[in-house]
Parts: sequence; C-alpha cells; structure tokens
Amino acid sequence: MSTAVTETPAPPLESREHYLNVHYGVKSWLLTTDHKRIALLYLVTITLFFFVGGAFAVLMRLELMTPRGDLVQAETYNKLFTMHGLIMVFFFLIPSIPAVLGNFLVPMMIGARDLAFPKLNLLSWYIFVAGGTLALVSAISGGVDTGWTFYTPYSSTYSNTHVIVMGLGVFIAGFSSILTGLNFIVTIHTMRAPGLTWFRLPLFIWSTYATSLIIILGTPVLAITIVLLALERLLRVGIFDPALGGDPILFQHMFWFYSHPAVYIMILPGMGVISELVTAFSRKRVFGYSFVAFASLAIAVLGFLVWGHHMFVSSQSVYAGLVFSVLSFMVAIPSAVKVFNWTATLYRGSISYQTPMLYAFGFIGLFTLGGLTGLFLASLAIDVHVTDTYFVVAHFHYIMVGGMVMAYLGGIHYWWPKISGRMYPEVWARFSALVIFAGFNLTFFPQFILGYLGMPRRYWAYPEEFQVLNVMSTAGASILGLGYLIPMIYLVWSMRYGRPAPDNPWRATGLEWTTPSPPPTENFDAPPIVTEEAYTYSKEEPELV
Amino acid sequence: MPSEFALFPQRASTIAGSVDALYFFLVGVSLFFTVLIFAMVFGFAIKYRRRSEEELPRPIDGSMRLEVMWTVIPFILTMVMFAWGATLYLRNSRPPDGSLEVYVVGKQWMWKLQHPEGQREINQLHVPVNVPVRLIMTSEDVIHSFFVPAFRIKQDVLPGRYTTQWFQATRPGEYHLFCAEYCGNQHSGMIGTVTVLGAVEYENWLGGGASGESMASTGERLFQQLGCSGCHRSDAAGRGPALEGVFNAPVKLETGETVIADEPYIRESILNPRAKVVVGFRPIMPTFAGQVSEESILQLIAYIKTLARADRSKR
Repeated sequence: MSTAVTETPAPPLESREHYLNVHYGVKSWLLTTDHKRIALLYLVTITLFFFVGGAFAVLMRLELMTPRGDLVQAETYNKLFTMHGLIMVFFFLIPSIPAVLGNFLVPMMIGARDLAFPKLNLLSWYIFVAGGTLALVSAISGGVDTGWTFYTPYSSTYSNTHVIVMGLGVFIAGFSSILTGLNFIVTIHTMRAPGLTWFRLPLFIWSTYATSLIIILGTPVLAITIVLLALERLLRVGIFDPALGGDPILFQHMFWFYSHPAVYIMILPGMGVISELVTAFSRKRVFGYSFVAFASLAIAVLGFLVWGHHMFVSSQSVYAGLVFSVLSFMVAIPSAVKVFNWTATLYRGSISYQTPMLYAFGFIGLFTLGGLTGLFLASLAIDVHVTDTYFVVAHFHYIMVGGMVMAYLGGIHYWWPKISGRMYPEVWARFSALVIFAGFNLTFFPQFILGYLGMPRRYWAYPEEFQVLNVMSTAGASILGLGYLIPMIYLVWSMRYGRPAPDNPWRATGLEWTTPSPPPTENFDAPPIVTEEAYTYSKEEPELV
Repeated sequence: MPSEFALFPQRASTIAGSVDALYFFLVGVSLFFTVLIFAMVFGFAIKYRRRSEEELPRPIDGSMRLEVMWTVIPFILTMVMFAWGATLYLRNSRPPDGSLEVYVVGKQWMWKLQHPEGQREINQLHVPVNVPVRLIMTSEDVIHSFFVPAFRIKQDVLPGRYTTQWFQATRPGEYHLFCAEYCGNQHSGMIGTVTVLGAVEYENWLGGGASGESMASTGERLFQQLGCSGCHRSDAAGRGPALEGVFNAPVKLETGETVIADEPYIRESILNPRAKVVVGFRPIMPTFAGQVSEESILQLIAYIKTLARADRSKR
C-alpha cells in the first residue's frame, strides 16, 4: 500500500498516546465508542464464555471415560452437552472472529477512523452481555437439557428445565449479531479509504462482509423461531407440538434455516483470517484473489439452501432430501476452491513458520478433513447411518474447533502485536499450537470411527465396546484443554512483560500495519490513500502460470 | 451383539454392503485429497521456506486453468457421490411387496413393538432372517429415532404421524437397537436388541408367545367396543363408508381430492375425522382423540387391513 513498509524501532509504549492509555479507569472502558476498545471488551467476554463452555466439555469427557453413567446423573449430563453447545455456539463461536477481530480490524483495514455507528457498536456489546448474562443465569439456576437444537415437542412441552430463560438469552444475543453485521456492511460500503476499491480489499473484509450478510438475513429467523417456541411453551399455542395441532418438523425447518447458515457465520470469518495469514507468512499475493473472494459470497448464498440436510431421516419428503443433498454437495465446491488457492499461494512463496502460520497450516489440514467428512453427511444413504451419531459430532468439531478456533487463535497471535503493543513469546506459542493440534486430533478423530460404528450422540451411558475410542477421546481432550490454557497464560503475561512490538513485526502489507502498535484512537495520523492491490509484497510484475 | 472392541460395524442387512461400498468410495476420495493437500502444504512449506529476512518472492496472480480444474473435478466427483447416495436412498426408501410388518411405538424411554400375530415386545425385536420387514412407527410423546447400526438404517419416530422404514436381515444374531434422537433424561437407556432368527427358530418363537390374539383380532374387538361397527357397516347402509377393501385404495373426498387410504390416513380419520371426509358422507363422526392409544390405533389399522384382504380375495 502507499505507505512504505519500514521497521522503525518502537518507542517506549508509555511515552506515546495510544488507544489503550488515552484514558484509564473502568468507566473509560464501559463507555468507550472506540472500535478497538470494544473489540477488547468482546475479547474478555467471549474468553470467559469459552472457558465456561470448555468446563462443561471437560465434565462430559470425564463422564464418557466409562461406559456406565457414573460421574454425573443422566439429567446433569444432558444439561452439560446442552449448555456446552449453546454457550460455545452463541456466545463464543458466532461472536469470536467477527466481534473481536472484525471490530478491531475492519476500520483499520479499510483506512477508517471507526465503524460507521460507533455508539451502536457499544450497544451491541451491551446487548451481547445481557444475552450472555441470561444464559449464565439459566445455567446457574439449573440449566437446560434440550440440546442446543431445542427440538420440539421436547423443548416446548416435555422439558422441565429453564428453556425460556436460555431462549431469551439467545434471542437477545442475536440482536447483537444483527447490529454488528449491519455496522460492518455499512462501514465497508461507505468508509473505505480513497483508492480502496472492492477488488483491493483484504480478503478478511470480503469474508466479514459475506458473514454480515448471513447474520442479518438469518438471525431474524432464529429470533422468530424462539418466539414461537416460547409461545407454545408458555401459552400452549399449538405450533410445533402435534398434541396441540402443531408440526414438530416445522420447528426443524425453521431452526436449521438459521442454524445451517450459522455454521458459515462460524467458518467464513476464519477463512478470511487464513487468507491474511497465508499471504503474510509467504509474502505473496493470494493465488486467485477473485476466486477466493467470490467463494465467500457463493458460500453465503448457497449456505441458505442446504438446511434440509440435517433432516434426511426426520420424515422430510424423499424428494426434498434429494434436492438438499445435491445443494449440499455444491456448497462444498467453493470451500474446496479456497483450500486449493491457499495451498497454491504457498507455491514459490517465502514461507516462515511463526505461530500464526502454524495455526494456518493446522486450519488447512483440519478444515480439509472437516470439509471432506461433510461430503459423507451430504450423501443420503451414508447420512442415514451416521446422522445423530458421533460422526456428526466429529465432523462439526473439525470445522468449528479445528477450523474456526484455530483461525481465531492464529488471528489473535498475528494481530496481538497490534492489539497489545507487545510480542507474545514465540517458543511457548509454537509449542502450544502443536499441543492444540495434537490434542484436537486425538480428541475428535476417534469419534469418526465411533460414529460409523453406530454410537449415538448425546448418550450418557454406552455399550462397552465403545470404551477404548472414548478413552482416547477423553485423553485427547485433556491435552487440548491444556493447550488452550497455555496461550491464555502467556498472552496475559505478554501484556506486561512482552517485548514491545514494532509497528509491523511481520513486514506484512495491509493498512493496519502502517499505524503504530498499538494504534492511536483515531487509527491513522492522516487518512491513508491506497494505490495498490492487497498483498502487494513485491513490486515485480505478477507471473502468469 | 458385539461387546469386543471393533473399528468397523457388523454388516447384517441387505443394504449394509451397498452403503459401506459408497462409504469406502468416499473414504478413498477423502484420503486422496487429504494426502494431496498435506503433501502440498508440507512440500511447499519446506521447499519454499524463508531463507533470508529480505526475501521477496515474485508474485503470482493465479491461473484460470487451475481454477477451472479444481472447480470442475471436485464438482464431478461430488455429483458422482450425490447420484450414488441418492440411488441407494431411493431404493432403500421403498419396501418390497409382501414385507412382514411390525408396529413400533416409541415413548420415553422404551420401544414397544407388536407383531401382526399379536406378540408384544419391549426393547426387543425378533425377526426372521432373509425376510423383508417393514416397521410402521409412531411416538407417544417426543421425537425418537429407530436406529440399527448393523442394518445401516435409521428413521425418526414422530408423535402425531407414522414413519416407516424397512430392512432385510441377512445374518442371524443379536444387534443393537438405539434411540438416535435425543428424547430426554434416559435417552441413552432407550436401547434394545434386534434378534435375527433362522426361519424355523422364528416360527418357534412366534408360536411360543402367550399372547394368543392377533393384532387384527384385538382390532376387531376394539372396532366393536368403540362402536365403529355401528356406522362403518359392511353392507354399505351405514352412516359411514364401508371399510372393506379400503386399505391402500384411492378414496374420493368431499373436496374432490383423491387420497390413498394408507396408515396415516386411517389414523387421521380416527383422531380428526372431519379433516378428510369421504364423498357422499356427512362430517358426523366424533373424534376418538384421547380415547384410543397409539397402540390401539395400530390394532384398528391392522384389523382394517384384514378387511381389505378379505375383500380382494373374494374378487
């Protein structure tokens, strides 16, 4: 981009005013409209939720060490997997990259001072906290046992748990997503720096844009579904329960109409991060920029047309099954295109193995496996056998944890110097990235085998022949849990003791690297002007292959 | 039933082999692409590792040829997977004629099964080997799912409607029956055993039951007790349509539509008689919702089916 990439020796952090030290005190944080500070508010909040959701997972894995249900009661176990799913999906994964990295980076990457609606942005966080608080209240007061999918009529008529409070929490948090998505879309449309045309945008912006589209189109449907569920549960209005004249399959259609696109809300931003990491650590323009960009939009559009693949055995019509199957196969293509382009970007690059790149490698590998196993589930005859088994559990954890969480951690490490003004300890970071990769695979790969063997998901107790694989999975989960604790510790440590970060430690392109680390409140001293495409590392003429 | 550690499920139905074949095809394709991507990522990462801090590689824009290649080849492969999976699914969705029928009622947290001959079972299903078996299933409360891994079959069992699936067991033995749709507290306890018996053993088992009365006979008794027979008279002089020969036959409705009088239609006509009234009749039948259990409805259906058969044999 226009500003020359030079490594200036970093001045002592305290001597310069930046967004972190411009004001002090709790009030300056709780009333901030600075997108960077709001990003940090989200970072703290969702990290809390991540460890709450993780604690539920630890208890589940411990219970599953033995075939008999012995550590906790069946009722408790059912609440554990429900709360794990709900907290992780709605209060960690969905806000993770968009609300933390998106908030921090969208204005910086497009050369803007802030998002289009800074106060709305702060409001989004408060709404999120309100929703999250209700979710925690529901958890503390006894929890929910419906599964995160809230299937009717179990959730509307039979469950005796705190469905309404949790539903309200998710309902409210949805508005936070919607407002954030709206904010991003308006910002990306109207606040790009002079010269920053659509096809010069970093791919992270493209994927955030595609994600925002899904959020504002899909989330209202979730809100409607929760309202209908509440009407039936509280007022006995017959919508989903056949005993009241309702249709339980209608609920599944409505739920998955949001929740399948939500899977793309959870992976597209990760794909955007990976595009940034792969280019930065091979110092090369991304291979097939426009294909990677349009693949995001294709995923966003097709993602809305595949929800019925969750319902192949639900009694949905056989012909609907055929249509959803073929569309589900088609949504795999743009994901494959992205993987191939990232891989091709490495070709003749200048590749370094810093921690963010290790996460990117991990992402590519695990997302490939997660994507390929998705084909098994799109395939009608195989899905009949593996749906609602551990195969599905393994598949979506490869996408959401192997994909999204790897991308999120990679992104956090990559932009940490910019966010905190400090470098993280590289050796520890590489070590923990490897621990996480190993722990993840040991946790979830055995579950593919368990699934094809026929072990149903959401089982508190199980037949003995499944024990060996479950013990492997539990062992992996303990390694994985440890792996997540290490970055938590050293990142906090680095905020005080880390080496001060230069403005552009990776010598990466991108407007965010042209400002000081950490940036001043207004981001840029002077509004930047863009004269180049994204990822212009070398001035040489591009080669044609 | 296996209790030993295994990496692959038993295969005990006619469709299991064909589902596994498709599964292995997908495993093969997945392995190929996984190895390809891993080899490229590791290969490039090592070959093109950064050798000096100042290194700036020459940019590459992309390649239309490669983009087309890696769009078209995966597309063709996925369409093969789709066609293969869909063909099997369609084939497996149609039960062969003359299948043995077993009626299944799921409830929190048990499977109740009844054979047309009258035998009742709980969390147990005895079936003969090499004979197609069709399950007609419903739930008394929440959604359950009838899953037999060794047969590679699964179908959700819903309250308020019938779902069906079928299988033909190929090997005598005992196999897991699981509930695969989360249904509350004892979901993981809603499990049972499918016992596949040789033809002779199955006959013995059928004869050994103490029930005596077939489902159709129970249904006939209910048909009298509930007063159905007062209106649905066989001489066509009743206030309701005669039921002889009606099962699985087209029925013309007041609205002009024609529906097939299958199990769901009969169930609906018992519980919500005014929903689909037969042409020429007035909507005067009262609902029997709350008076008959799901099992009784299945017995009534079993009885109505025998009426159909009797009538057809006369022709």
